[in-house]
Amino acid sequence: MLAIYKRELKSYLTSMVGYLFMFFVLLIAGIYFSAYQLSAAYPKFEYTLNAMTFVFLIAVPILTMRVLAEERKQKTDQLLLTSPVSVFGIVMGKYLALVTIYAIPIAVLATYPLIMSKFGTVAFGSAYTALLGFFLLGSANIAIGVFFSAITESQVIAAVLTFVFLFAFYMMNGISSFFSQTAMSTCVTFGLLIIALCLMIYSMIKNAVISGAICVIGEVALVIVYVVKSSVFEGGIQKVLEVFNLSSHFENFTNSIFDVTGVLYFLSVITICIFLTMQTILKRRWN
Amino acid sequence: MIEVKNLVKRYGDHTAVDHLSFEIEKGKIYGFLGPNGAGKSTTMNMITGYIASTEGTVVIDGHDILEEPEEAKKCIGYLPEMPPLYFDMTVLEYLKFVADLKKIPKDKKASMIEEIMDMVKITDMKNRLIKNLSKGYRQRVGIAQAVLGYPEVIILDEPTVGLDPKQINEIRDLIKSLKKKHTVILSSHILSEVSAVCDYVLIISHGKLVASDTPENLGKLAAGSNNLNLLIKGQKDTIRAALETVEGVKEVAAKKSPEEGVYAITVGTEENTDVREKVFYSMVNAGCPILEMQSKKVSLEEIFLELTESEKREKDDTGKKSGKPFFKTAADAEKYLNKKNEDTVPDNGLEDKNAEESDEISDSVSDNGLSGENQSSMDEEKGEK
Repeated sequence: MLAIYKRELKSYLTSMVGYLFMFFVLLIAGIYFSAYQLSAAYPKFEYTLNAMTFVFLIAVPILTMRVLAEERKQKTDQLLLTSPVSVFGIVMGKYLALVTIYAIPIAVLATYPLIMSKFGTVAFGSAYTALLGFFLLGSANIAIGVFFSAITESQVIAAVLTFVFLFAFYMMNGISSFFSQTAMSTCVTFGLLIIALCLMIYSMIKNAVISGAICVIGEVALVIVYVVKSSVFEGGIQKVLEVFNLSSHFENFTNSIFDVTGVLYFLSVITICIFLTMQTILKRRWN
Repeated sequence: MIEVKNLVKRYGDHTAVDHLSFEIEKGKIYGFLGPNGAGKSTTMNMITGYIASTEGTVVIDGHDILEEPEEAKKCIGYLPEMPPLYFDMTVLEYLKFVADLKKIPKDKKASMIEEIMDMVKITDMKNRLIKNLSKGYRQRVGIAQAVLGYPEVIILDEPTVGLDPKQINEIRDLIKSLKKKHTVILSSHILSEVSAVCDYVLIISHGKLVASDTPENLGKLAAGSNNLNLLIKGQKDTIRAALETVEGVKEVAAKKSPEEGVYAITVGTEENTDVREKVFYSMVNAGCPILEMQSKKVSLEEIFLELTESEKREKDDTGKKSGKPFFKTAADAEKYLNKKNEDTVPDNGLEDKNAEESDEISDSVSDNGLSGENQSSMDEEKGEK
């Protein structure tokens, strides 16, 4: 794991990709910092961070697109997978290297509140809490990028997929407002989702009885719950979509709150993405 | 050392490796031989744990590759078909990285890398970026990577591809020298390579093991007998009659040669008998001068073609998958091959009174039998190269 971490870090620091990523993050941060703090003299650094979360949409795909896709393309994954290193070690080594690269602009950003303190009073606590949240948000985004890099051997596809999903997550507030909040529509949507899920299961296991049974049980349970207590479903779609809304979990950090649920949320996103990445790599061996 | 049992790999309906079983013993060089697409690389990928098998097990030094992957992988150094190189690293950086991956202790690392770079002669290149190296050097770096850490088993997938003849010889010598401390498995579709380097050959065709033995034993088994190619001046019937009476001669096939009054004769002999002198004296007595005589040993190439082709032929005949001809020893394969020869090569003895007709028959026979004209001296040269 350490060997992979070191190699990956070095490779990012000797090629342009790592610097491009840092450049981009620092450029956007610089623009907002100049506008909010330096010219408008606004004392809250967390607002700057909140305004610049869109930077990940472009910076993260650039950073993560090659991390696993390139290995597959160049067949160097054969070396990694046949050496005495676990798949977890490989994925973690790579992920931690990316997070380390990301930590460099974060370290630079950490000096900004200090610069501001030269000109007035700065609430360091809330500024650094926001920075921690920003770091976690970025790390979660990077984990998503790593996952998409694992599912394809084309860097371009990996980058586009990462961008599309990060963009969808970024726009989640808008997307969830498209859906009706009534119990009826929620119930119907869930019913359709169960059918889609069962079709997917059927295409994987090719067993009509099992997938049919799951479908029927799911739908029946849904109807029973709806009949007994329909209020459970109200706003259900929005609740589900909220799970994918990364930036809303960051908002508490910018409001001077050290949000433990937010920390746990980001750590869960990272864990799930790492887990899915490992499974993707393991699954490929069985095909 | 390595125990492969009932290994199967299916891709959808296509079976790439079909119930492969063999054992690899310590301190020998094993060669996987087979035409393109025979399943050599797939098998190696399964042994090294890069891909998982559909069925069957691979046990390396007592460790199952799927259950204890890290322990098992420690015993293996692997050079895949395409050397797994990072183009943005220098040779030295790359080897250091591989050493770290293989968890080689820090104090041994530097000296071991030096030693191996000397061994594959890449010391001059150590500070060059891998992307700037030629294919031959990249291949050597790949071999260095596999040997690093001196694992007990070294698996090389087509190690001499893309090298010039001089480099090929160097790499072969290197592989031979590895034998002292390691078990080596290499794959190739080049016969001469396998027969030159390996102690033991596993011939794979369509994912099945069709034969496994030492190159010498495989060489012996081919047609079960050796052939003699002759150019003799004289009457065809006289020559035939005289040759048929020679002790140890099994069959005689005669063919007109471009020269007037000269016949090209192929004589099939019994195993381990040298009939050259007897043939000479019998021709002297018959008054037919021998213009050329050449004894012909069947090369590994012909066995290889016979084994891999026969599989295909059987498939074509029956229209579906045939029973697998698996030979534990050379003797089994010999029996199989002899039986095939009897099936395909009819006895074209002296019974044919009409000389012209027999010409045609022996022509057609020689095209599909092993004892025919198609094993010209050209083939022999090719095989021995």
